[in-house]
Amino acid sequence: MADRITLEVTRYRPEQGTALEVVDYEVPLRPEWTVLDGLNYVKDQHDGTLSYRWSCRMGICGSCGMTVNGDPKLSCGTFLTDYAPGPIRVEPLRNFPVIRDLVIELGDFLRKLVRVQPWLTRAHNRPIDAGEYLQTPSELDDYKQFSMCINCMLCYSACPVYALEPTFIGPAAIALAQRYNLDSRDEGSAARLDVLNDHDGVWACTFVGECTTACPKHVDPAGAIQRYKLTAALESMKGYVMPRGGQ
Amino acid sequence: MTAEPAAAHPAAEPVAGRQPLYQPKVSRLWWLRRRSYTLFVLRELSSLFVGWFVVFLLLLIRAVGQGEADYQRFLDWAANPLVVLLNLIALGFVTLHAVTWFNLAPKAMVVKVRGQRVPPQMIAMSQFGGWVFVSLVLAVVLVGLL
Repeated sequence: MADRITLEVTRYRPEQGTALEVVDYEVPLRPEWTVLDGLNYVKDQHDGTLSYRWSCRMGICGSCGMTVNGDPKLSCGTFLTDYAPGPIRVEPLRNFPVIRDLVIELGDFLRKLVRVQPWLTRAHNRPIDAGEYLQTPSELDDYKQFSMCINCMLCYSACPVYALEPTFIGPAAIALAQRYNLDSRDEGSAARLDVLNDHDGVWACTFVGECTTACPKHVDPAGAIQRYKLTAALESMKGYVMPRGGQ
Repeated sequence: MTAEPAAAHPAAEPVAGRQPLYQPKVSRLWWLRRRSYTLFVLRELSSLFVGWFVVFLLLLIRAVGQGEADYQRFLDWAANPLVVLLNLIALGFVTLHAVTWFNLAPKAMVVKVRGQRVPPQMIAMSQFGGWVFVSLVLAVVLVGLL
């Protein structure tokens, strides 16, 4: 096996012009090295101005999402040897504006995330001396999968609906809404309904399924969305059929 | 590829003093980039053929309602090789539509029996089983009528 591999890194340097540029960097090909290790090598040895986000190096923080050979990946979990002999194309996550090199503008996602109120909501909080809100293992299983989301935005990068209609609230935000909707301690699902049961909510999704393929934490956002479509349809029906809209 | 002002994309709010963002563009051929995207576009397209089958059925019902001569004319028209070809293509798309719809069912329906989640494959199989059953019943009725 060759001991070097080429990274073809997309660079965007707004102070030098408004075009993207692809720059080749040769890095050592080591079995334990990921694309992120390769980029760190480039920054140390070739060009200190290369910009990208990263933090934990272990698939927890969700900062280092990039497009690797066309697929949205966490660069800390993507090994160089899997792409040998190379070259490996490293681009910023798709469907997001780029601030610089591999750093994308993520404000849109953060604003959407807040809209689905991803926190436990109670109509009335119990007094502290009443003890914890207990949950059975089965109740935990109902939402646990959706709680694994690390907000890495790979699903937004994989979603053609988000590419074409950036107002779509998106896979991760809906999966996180479901994480709380399905939690037995939560009473906020009615408040989330208006955001989710909307043209820009679950109904914008046409079930391409690529969000689930891209998800590094097996959250299955596509499943969360299809499931909520059923919930939203039933809630809407209740509004027509039941007195006072089923409230 | 060139950058445009940040305000062009709703995903980015312009920040005073910041350098321009690069705005990605969606190629018109984006749906050829991945097999799953192509399949998705074909599935969306399949709704046109579902619509065509509805129109075909309505034309058939009208012909039956208008008497034997009209019905025979409809049958002759339906036997035209071009109409047969169109119907064969439509059948392919409607099958794609049905299969992808049944495969979606276990994603949308989470059924629990005695606290245990019913395996997704079982939900999908029940849909396909229902499809086969209804098709068999229809086949028996049709054969019985002939």
